[in-house]
Amino acid sequence: MEIEKAIRAALPDADVTITDLAGDGDHYAAMVVSKAFKGKTRVQQHKMVYDALSGRVGGQLHALSLQTAPKD
Amino acid sequence: MSTPVHDRIAKDVAENEVLLFMKGTPVFPQCGFSAAVVQILSELGVKFKAVDVLKDAEIRQGIKEFSNWPTIPQLYVKGEFVGGCDIVKEMFEQGELDTFLSERGITLQNA
Repeated sequence: MEIEKAIRAALPDADVTITDLAGDGDHYAAMVVSKAFKGKTRVQQHKMVYDALSGRVGGQLHALSLQTAPKD
Repeated sequence: MSTPVHDRIAKDVAENEVLLFMKGTPVFPQCGFSAAVVQILSELGVKFKAVDVLKDAEIRQGIKEFSNWPTIPQLYVKGEFVGGCDIVKEMFEQGELDTFLSERGITLQNA
């Protein structure tokens, strides 16, 4: 899965769970849990994932519903 | 880098306590994510100003650069970028959003 691979490339320890919401290959939900999120605000955490997906969110990926959490 | 459209956005952000950049209008949202944020703000009874990015291509692109955030909607409170739909929803569901708004002196009519 391309999204998962890209996120793992940037955040190697991340637990990534992707759900295909609509079954159309265009609306996904991603849950990302990583140690790298510790001490970061939600905005910073989401930006790290958007950066990992280098420009795809908002473009090719119209809808990626994102949830992030720091890993203990 | 400051551009005329960034200046327009900065002015709007400074002049409106709660400002939502969205697709469509609060009454007729054109995207489910924008609709979700409108619904949350309405539920809390927060007065906000909405900017319809579909009516202004410059703002639609400019706001993404201004916030360094790739998607719309985007919520600003007292000049601070709060997040997009996912973050606003998560804050609301965890009961953090009303605290966040009250702490910044925003009136919640339904609190």
